[in-house]
Amino acid sequence: MPVSHTATAPEATTNRALRAFLHGLPGVDEVGARARAQDLATRSIKTTAKAQAIDLAISMVDLTTLEGADTPGKVRALCAKAALPDPADRTVPRVGAVCVYPDMVATAVEALRGTGVGVASVATAFPAGRAPLEVKLADTRRAVADGAVEIDMVIDRGAFLSGDYLKVHDEIVAVREACGPAHLKVILETGELVTYDNVRRASHLAVRAGADFIKTSTGKVAPAATPPVVLVMLEAVRDHHAATGARVGVKPAGGIRTTKDAIRQLVLVNEIAGPAWLTPDLFRIGASSLLNDLLMQRTRLTTGTYPGPDYYTQD
Amino acid sequence: MIFEYAPAPESRSVVTLRETYDLFVDGGFAPAEGGEYLTTLNPADETKLAQVAVAGEADVDRAVTAARRAYDTVWSRMSGAERGKYLFRIARIIQERSRELAVLESMDNGKPIKETRDVDLPLVAAHFFYYAGWADKLRHAGLGPDPRPLGVAAQVIPWNFPLLMLAWKVAPALATGNTVVLKPAETTPLTALVFAEICQEADLPPGVVNILTGAGPTGRALVEHPGTDKVAFTGSTEVGRSIARSVAGTDKRLTLELGGKGANIVYDDAAIDQAVEGIVSGIFFNQGHVCCAGSRLLVQESIAGELLPRLKDRVAKLRLGDPLDKNTDIGAINSAAQLERIRELTDSGAEEGVERWSPPCALPSTGYWFAPTLLTGVSQAHRVAREEIFGPVLSVLTFRTPEEAVAKANNTPYGLSAGVWTEKGSRMLWTAERLRAGVIWSNTFNKFDPTSPFGGYKESGYGREGGRHGLEAYLG
Repeated sequence: MPVSHTATAPEATTNRALRAFLHGLPGVDEVGARARAQDLATRSIKTTAKAQAIDLAISMVDLTTLEGADTPGKVRALCAKAALPDPADRTVPRVGAVCVYPDMVATAVEALRGTGVGVASVATAFPAGRAPLEVKLADTRRAVADGAVEIDMVIDRGAFLSGDYLKVHDEIVAVREACGPAHLKVILETGELVTYDNVRRASHLAVRAGADFIKTSTGKVAPAATPPVVLVMLEAVRDHHAATGARVGVKPAGGIRTTKDAIRQLVLVNEIAGPAWLTPDLFRIGASSLLNDLLMQRTRLTTGTYPGPDYYTQD
Repeated sequence: MIFEYAPAPESRSVVTLRETYDLFVDGGFAPAEGGEYLTTLNPADETKLAQVAVAGEADVDRAVTAARRAYDTVWSRMSGAERGKYLFRIARIIQERSRELAVLESMDNGKPIKETRDVDLPLVAAHFFYYAGWADKLRHAGLGPDPRPLGVAAQVIPWNFPLLMLAWKVAPALATGNTVVLKPAETTPLTALVFAEICQEADLPPGVVNILTGAGPTGRALVEHPGTDKVAFTGSTEVGRSIARSVAGTDKRLTLELGGKGANIVYDDAAIDQAVEGIVSGIFFNQGHVCCAGSRLLVQESIAGELLPRLKDRVAKLRLGDPLDKNTDIGAINSAAQLERIRELTDSGAEEGVERWSPPCALPSTGYWFAPTLLTGVSQAHRVAREEIFGPVLSVLTFRTPEEAVAKANNTPYGLSAGVWTEKGSRMLWTAERLRAGVIWSNTFNKFDPTSPFGGYKESGYGREGGRHGLEAYLG
């Protein structure tokens, strides 16, 4: 691939250099981005393609509980479901990971031992991220020490919106370091960034600072993982790959509740970033209620009838 | 991993094809006096769809006489509000039968079902609704205090948007109180004949709409018939010229929508991914069978190196194949003759030394197919930069300054459409002001709306269709 101007990140990292880099990225036309996402939403995925997509989507789910009311019992129930989503059908793949608050990591790790499902934790003062860096780093280190293999960090949206890109960058770098061997997913909270230009800039900023994944949202702010936002983020990782050869993952989270929503996300991945991203290593879906709909549609495909909602566990 | 979309073909069962179709004259179907028929094929697999009658001079005369009688005795005397009711009824029936019409259009024309379903049919219904709304408000259209219809309109339409071009012609003609005799293209007559059934279903008075099928000679007989007051033609510049000659010296009114070689100008500050989308829809929409297609890409030299790989990557993802498959992006070329013309012109580009690129693309073994093609290294002197190819072939040129972009964009015998891609509003307006084209799209391409007038400069024809301006062509 030829050298792209999205590729030439500056060597010296100053706020000025970052600003020049991020504002030098091509803009995103909102109307056009929405139209493209809408066009891809009309792809018709049926029969064998649908069966393939459902199993892929299940294996990409980061089964999530992020409530103030979470208890060890609730987390253990979720972990049981993550490892064996449908006790009635053992051919269902296990999910990508279980995502919990930092204080629940030890419980989840214990519950998932031997299942192959990893634990992700929203360390870094989730969801607002409004805490001193030392606190975020301590949060991260503790989660990793407790056995989290993936850290979902939130960026400082206030710093980003005020133009202090360096602060955002340096925080990501610091958290990346605190993660050690754990994978880092950087949550952009795109609903608070508002414009697609900002989404593209934040994506490149996070990638440049060392993110293994870029993630749309905390799930606490609407709008969350809308198809045009995911499209812009997929374009960013595609461009980064074209420029450097490295692949960064994408994780939409928030508002993806139905199989149809999930399949539309997979079509975006397939046609924007490319089929290489169609793996849990590079694409995850943060969700809680999606899994039951995927299981229901899966049963519908194999048996020809819809089972009732009570045939699946509620948590 | 490979995510193969399973075929998702739209069912043909919604369409009931008759073996033969007769002419629609004076409210009923009747065979042509000459007894001659032509065969219409499905261009995607070359199977025969139906026989349609070929109208001769006597049939043309019958149709024009019926249209005249309907004009004199019923349609021109009816109040605008009453005419509007018929148009609203037609629009609603089109919506009700839209799935059937979309499938039939796709079978007859070769264009993908997603375009007939999501673009053509919604626009067809919208045109009838829009002009239905005008029928009782003509004196408020800014065309004088008491605008009058012209009489009988002879309308000849092309094969690229068979039903949409019918709507563009029939809806304003009827709204303004004219009656029509319409000739669809010989390769795509079927949806017009279903439209004739819809006129019957709507209880439209006999003779208000007459549909004559046939080829060039039928069209010529219709255009030259002395009993018509207005000629409206959409098609090639060559045929348009001969129509202008034959109408010259008569008191017939004439509007022509002819060819084009639209420029799609991409400045270096454009939103690049959306510009790529716009380039793709500009030239690959309807296999490039679009008179306002953005068939000349003018890209600023400083970003050509970044844009072209993105464009190729995107074109490689287009899905070519069965037009009835809902996942198909590019369908079949409409006829063997058109395929031959596309081949000839594209080959001439290769002979002239332009670089030719197509993605790896398996073409079906039967039917008329042409892979999406980019021609790079094109200069204004090449034939492929000057002549309309009317197929999925994009000629790529570069420019260095806005002045050069405008000069190159205008340096064509045509002037139908242009696109401008820039994030800078002042540059957009500066460019749009200077382009000599009937439609200029800003950060988009190939967007149509019944409220927006459409028409050309220079060899792209004269007159406007659509919008309030579209009424003018049918009012005296």
